[in-house]
Amino acid sequence: MSEFLPASVQSFLPSIIQLVYLVATGIFIFGIKRLGSPATARSGNQLAALGMLIGVIATLFDQQIVSFEFIIAGVVVGSAIGAVAAKKVEMTSMPEMVAIFNGFGGGASALVAWGEFTRISDPYLFSNQDLITIGLSILIGSITFTGSFIAFGKLKGFISGNPVTFPGQNIVNALLTIGTLGLIGWLAVEPTSVLAFWLLFGIALLLGIFTVMPIGGADMPVVISLLNSYSGIAAAMAGFVINNNLLIISGALVGAAGLILTNIMCKAMNRTLGNVLFGAFGGESSGAGPATDTDKTVRETTPEDVALQCAYANKVIIVPGYGLAVAQAQHVLKEVADKLEKRGVEVKYGIHPVAGRMPGHMNVLLAEADVPYDQLYDMEQINPEFKSTDVVLIIGANDVVNPVAKTEPGSPIYGMPVMNVDEADRTIIFKRSLSPGFAGIDNPLFYSESNQMFFGDAKDSLQSLSHALKDLD
Amino acid sequence: MLASFVGFELISKVPPTLHTPLMSGANAISGITIIGALVVAGQVGDEFAQIIGFLAIVFATINVVGGFMVTDRMLEMFKKKDKKDE
Repeated sequence: MSEFLPASVQSFLPSIIQLVYLVATGIFIFGIKRLGSPATARSGNQLAALGMLIGVIATLFDQQIVSFEFIIAGVVVGSAIGAVAAKKVEMTSMPEMVAIFNGFGGGASALVAWGEFTRISDPYLFSNQDLITIGLSILIGSITFTGSFIAFGKLKGFISGNPVTFPGQNIVNALLTIGTLGLIGWLAVEPTSVLAFWLLFGIALLLGIFTVMPIGGADMPVVISLLNSYSGIAAAMAGFVINNNLLIISGALVGAAGLILTNIMCKAMNRTLGNVLFGAFGGESSGAGPATDTDKTVRETTPEDVALQCAYANKVIIVPGYGLAVAQAQHVLKEVADKLEKRGVEVKYGIHPVAGRMPGHMNVLLAEADVPYDQLYDMEQINPEFKSTDVVLIIGANDVVNPVAKTEPGSPIYGMPVMNVDEADRTIIFKRSLSPGFAGIDNPLFYSESNQMFFGDAKDSLQSLSHALKDLD
Repeated sequence: MLASFVGFELISKVPPTLHTPLMSGANAISGITIIGALVVAGQVGDEFAQIIGFLAIVFATINVVGGFMVTDRMLEMFKKKDKKDE
């Protein structure tokens, strides 16, 4: 678009573009900062979007860009797909959506590098450094692409949530990783070797699949966060390939932010990143720790009984988990909570940092159901309160309330901070069956004297509870 | 390097409630690679490279547009809450 500008402006254009890029970067930083607080988060997101728009417009004035057919077509198609997907998606499927968007971002970075590699007809025009960044961009971008799709599949249930492993998998993955680095080296020395290029592309795509497949569904949030970080790094690499500062800086920003978020999530589960990635955690094979001697009888309950217990309680704490999200039961839950509050029962929500499939997932869901923000409590805030609580309703949550994490050093989740629901007078677990949760670990709470099981789909159960509460009036 | 440091400063103080929107917002920003896609698709000479660039634009735009819109939808719900409390 530069030809529309007067010649005097054109000569300054590269510097102007760089300046605008700087402004856009500043807006990104400011936007992310505002995303950090509930009151300003929305404007932060809009600000970041504005920064992106400014960056894109500035780029269109780049003198290298002379043909717009492909650009317009691409933007139209991409916007349409992205907008429809973003509008249609259920709040409960948010983690999958983020995973798949992220996969596209990573894929785009790989394509940028591929396009740039193809465009230059004489590969010897590339410096060694260029070729290495092209290789890295393709490697990281492709891993993000396929890895995100596997994560999406696992969350959606297309692919088994259990770790899929084969003997020596970690060794194979390690060899493949070394192999890709070797291929990048080969490409840097011998830029005409098309074979090296395609091998690199293929193995990188494969690597994304292989590294995510062995990870259990419960760890997907961490994986998505990590892949998010990768897509940032891939963007930064693509920035080096085409020599674009805005890309390098923003990519690094997202890369760092993703890594820190990943780290925070790992800490919440008391695991190391290495353990998440290579531990193949969360299958039947992981065992349940030492067998317990407690008698394995469960006490099943009825909606009427639960209604009575809650209606005459002083304090009820609700602990939601992924089951709530799957059943889309957040609105019915709010209905039940309202009825209890009308009766003078104190209702609070206790949210484990990794409840659901993403940190903050439950908060988003409950916010959708109009649950007041000040009724939601973090684990640290709510844990001392269980002692003085009459009834705890555990809805579709399991591992985050498993006392094994406190008592059985042999258990895979030992040491993970959990909700101290066992300290309450009564716990009622809403669950479809006795099956262990995503982590595949049996929960002794099911068989505890103070616990009752309310079997069924969370939404149906809550609906019958809501009716039972009405009948009490 | 500096950007990484800034990233660290920004994220380390965020409450868990906002992790999902934050992840999704940061994810949208990673679609910045659209700029690279524009450069590749906008240069004439190699038709094949332009087609790859076109694909890259489609992918990146899905990431950007979808990412920001989904984040906005999530945050809108927090917003609604605030108004009601007032």
